[in-house]
Amino acid sequence: MGSESIKYEITPPKGLIRFNLPEIWRFKDLFYILVWRDIKVRYKQTVLGILWALFQPFLTMVIFTIFFSVFAKVPSDNAPYPIFVYSGLLFWNYYSTALTNASNSLINNEGIVQKVYFPRLILPISTVLTPIADFIFAFFILLGLMVYYHFTPGILGLLLVPLLLLISIFSALGLGLLLSAVNTKYRDVRYILPFFMQILLFITPVIYPVSIIPEQFRWLAFFNPMTGVITLARNVIIGVGEVNFGHIGVSVFVSVVLLFIGLAYFRKTERFFADVL
Amino acid sequence: MQSIIQVEKLSKKFHIGQKEHYYSLRDSLVDAITFRQKKKYDIFWALKDINFEVQPGEALGIIGRNGAGKSTLLKILSQITPPTTGRIKIGGHVASLLEVGTGFHPELTGHENIYLNGAILGMSRKEIKRKFDEIVTFAEIEKFLNTPVKRYSSGMYVRLAFAVAAHLEPEILVIDEVLAVGDVQFQRKCLNKMNEISQKDDRTVLFVSHNTGAIQTLCEHCILLDQGKIIMQGDTPRVIEKYLRTFNDTILIDRKDRIGKGEIRLTDVSFENSAGEEVASFISEKDAILKIRYESVNNSDTDLRDVDIGIGIDDSIGQRIAGLSTVGNKNFPDRIKKSGLFICTIKTLPLNTGRFYLTLILRHKGEIMDWIQQAAFFDVENLQNFNYGSSLSRSDGPFLINHLWTVQ
Repeated sequence: MGSESIKYEITPPKGLIRFNLPEIWRFKDLFYILVWRDIKVRYKQTVLGILWALFQPFLTMVIFTIFFSVFAKVPSDNAPYPIFVYSGLLFWNYYSTALTNASNSLINNEGIVQKVYFPRLILPISTVLTPIADFIFAFFILLGLMVYYHFTPGILGLLLVPLLLLISIFSALGLGLLLSAVNTKYRDVRYILPFFMQILLFITPVIYPVSIIPEQFRWLAFFNPMTGVITLARNVIIGVGEVNFGHIGVSVFVSVVLLFIGLAYFRKTERFFADVL
Repeated sequence: MQSIIQVEKLSKKFHIGQKEHYYSLRDSLVDAITFRQKKKYDIFWALKDINFEVQPGEALGIIGRNGAGKSTLLKILSQITPPTTGRIKIGGHVASLLEVGTGFHPELTGHENIYLNGAILGMSRKEIKRKFDEIVTFAEIEKFLNTPVKRYSSGMYVRLAFAVAAHLEPEILVIDEVLAVGDVQFQRKCLNKMNEISQKDDRTVLFVSHNTGAIQTLCEHCILLDQGKIIMQGDTPRVIEKYLRTFNDTILIDRKDRIGKGEIRLTDVSFENSAGEEVASFISEKDAILKIRYESVNNSDTDLRDVDIGIGIDDSIGQRIAGLSTVGNKNFPDRIKKSGLFICTIKTLPLNTGRFYLTLILRHKGEIMDWIQQAAFFDVENLQNFNYGSSLSRSDGPFLINHLWTVQ
């Protein structure tokens, strides 16, 4: 802060959507520390810490394999089901945690929203970045599975992982911004959210391959950005399934559109968060 | 000199119930589908047409009752909530201290929370690193730096929180009522620190408090707010005098800062001495009589059963020093009339000189009907002092304890 003298005016909101990037930059330390806080608390609170981040997706994979593959005979594009379902779960777990956290980010931080000024965008953005830590740990299990099943990871595939993660971040953020803003106003959203996530899990091809959807309707599934992410991930990492770039394009497009809608709605309502919380 | 804060025609409106109302998405969807009319809300102006200016380096006090609009004003100044009309021109960074320990995380250690809280209050990491040792020393928590703050005593917690805040260096510091916590010695330390802040390098301070003593120490000028309007501004002693006169008005009907169902309401408070004369101040060690009138809003003529009333007595810095209650009192009737007067007699009032505030709480069948913080106050004068000699001063504490000495 120091001697720089910033002159500004506080006026009633004019309905203009402004993106004040320099201001967000000025608060970068707060942003950094919020991510750091969430990661620190996440691994401090659970006794097992990092082990838990490894154990949770692993156990889910085992259970899904037993019930969906062994018992229900769900196909897996000819790949071993454990590695098939795990590559989906890896991205799905990131997405669902990021989306849930972002949606609750404002109400969970109600105390500081009502008492301190800072660009509110920092909260949902920092909460979608925190679960990346879990993603990285869980990724090592995928590598382990690949060794176990003698899959040679394609170099291209591994290089694409950050890009796939980026699309997941954008789509979690877009919907998360929208839901976090709605969540401040409507107090029942937080109860609807787990149900919504459950539905989303079943309409995303995590447990099953997208190829079981009849071909003429398949493109519809790609309106869900995570369908694109997971289908592409499976194709480039473990080399199964077919990739239709038109479909992937739909997913990317939808995630970008969602991001803009989320941002616009968030910016429009953010000045009133302290009034309704 | 160019003013650093210029507030012009500032107003803020709330819809009544905007905060309390529980909006649900389900209800809104049902309303939309069935074309139900949107409920009309009553409008409430928390601030109306506020104008004032603050010079660089000035410390301005803002006083007023609860609900007068003080907090709303600070929230607008800190950009937490937008104004409805009007504008504020600001010539510097604002750091606001509306609560101590904003954003403290119980699982994190004192060390970690200093960084977290500092960042939330707008300090950069470099700045915090530079001041870290100073903050720790000020808070007197050296030994507990690596303990999670959930294991701190409330005193330690407040000291740490305030220490971080006291080391902020914005051009404008906005402080809301944070001194109402902590022990007296630490409060004094904080006041000194704040005084230092406002006098050093032209720092501008806006300070809201009920603690007129603190305001007087810190601020040359004051603004008195009532019902969203500035009713007086000027030199602190004059404004405080006016404030205390308004505050002495113990008719409670108009008080908006009350909690409870409101089916029965407290309407006014008066004081009498043992001779039955109405007074504004009591004398130590004489009987003191508090009379509190109540009224039921509903029209039925039946008596009220299971009513109880409690009186909390606070000293001038807001510390609760005693509580009086009808619960378990054998003389208090089981049934009372729907409107009437509670009379509480305190035998040989054991209070030292000073000003004391009453918080009143009325319950019916265990449910809170009316609860008013700082509903009224009285002064205590000390004429006799025979038990203590003439040496007893205010700093000896609020109580006079009847005691005897012998030497063997």
